[in-house]
Amino acid sequence: MELKTKIHAEDGKQELVITREFDLPVELLFRAHAEPDILEQWMSNPFATAKVLKFEGKKHGSYQLESTDAQGKVVFRSNGVFHDFSLNKKIIRTFELENAPFGVQLEVYEFEPLTDNTSKLNMHVIYESVALRDQLLQLPFAQGLNMAHNRLQEVLLTLK
Amino acid sequence: MNLRRDVFQAIADPTRRAILLLVASQAMTAGAIASNFDTARPTVSKHLQILTECDLLGQTQNGREIYYHINAKKMKEVADFIEPFRKTWDDRFNKLESIMKQYKQKK
Repeated sequence: MELKTKIHAEDGKQELVITREFDLPVELLFRAHAEPDILEQWMSNPFATAKVLKFEGKKHGSYQLESTDAQGKVVFRSNGVFHDFSLNKKIIRTFELENAPFGVQLEVYEFEPLTDNTSKLNMHVIYESVALRDQLLQLPFAQGLNMAHNRLQEVLLTLK
Repeated sequence: MNLRRDVFQAIADPTRRAILLLVASQAMTAGAIASNFDTARPTVSKHLQILTECDLLGQTQNGREIYYHINAKKMKEVADFIEPFRKTWDDRFNKLESIMKQYKQKK
């Protein structure tokens, strides 16, 4: 089955564009990005639970997220600041993984209504350098490297 | 072009992604890789063969043992390593969509 999510990443550029069309009105697509309890639900996966520690959804507001494994151990934390928070239209925020060597990225989310019941998300992500972008894209593999061997095995078992 | 399509097929399979993850940390023999899975040994061998054929894995002979290692050069090609990243976002967005559909019904 073809993935509905498209990613445009040109060689040698420090940015990427993620686009996705949703079978949802734009108001609900925006809500999913603006309400902490909903964010926690869709950012979580079978081996990581996302938790919103702080969320001030407004211009100059800030946020902090945390991801924990099945044992409740913190896998990573991230944080950033909102530069724009326009209802049903646009969110501009910075994003930084704490204690990780990836720098700060700038993320521009544009919420676009297509019909009354469908919408599109355009995510433009700009990294500090080409090298950092490429490293972050490889993170699904890098995460494996950072895991203790027994934890890695647990992940592998759930992947099957 | 045919080769490229094979690479995408190779990493579309969760077991093969898991194998790549496993050997990313160190070169391993087929036996050591297979011991991490409940899957039958011939199935794991088949996965290793596919990953080797599309150059995602390389082999080194050490005495009588053959070690599999990740072919870093191949994995560095943006078009290839972007695929797991895209899959991660796609899973996330699928979840977002199904959660929000419930909110829609509640209204």
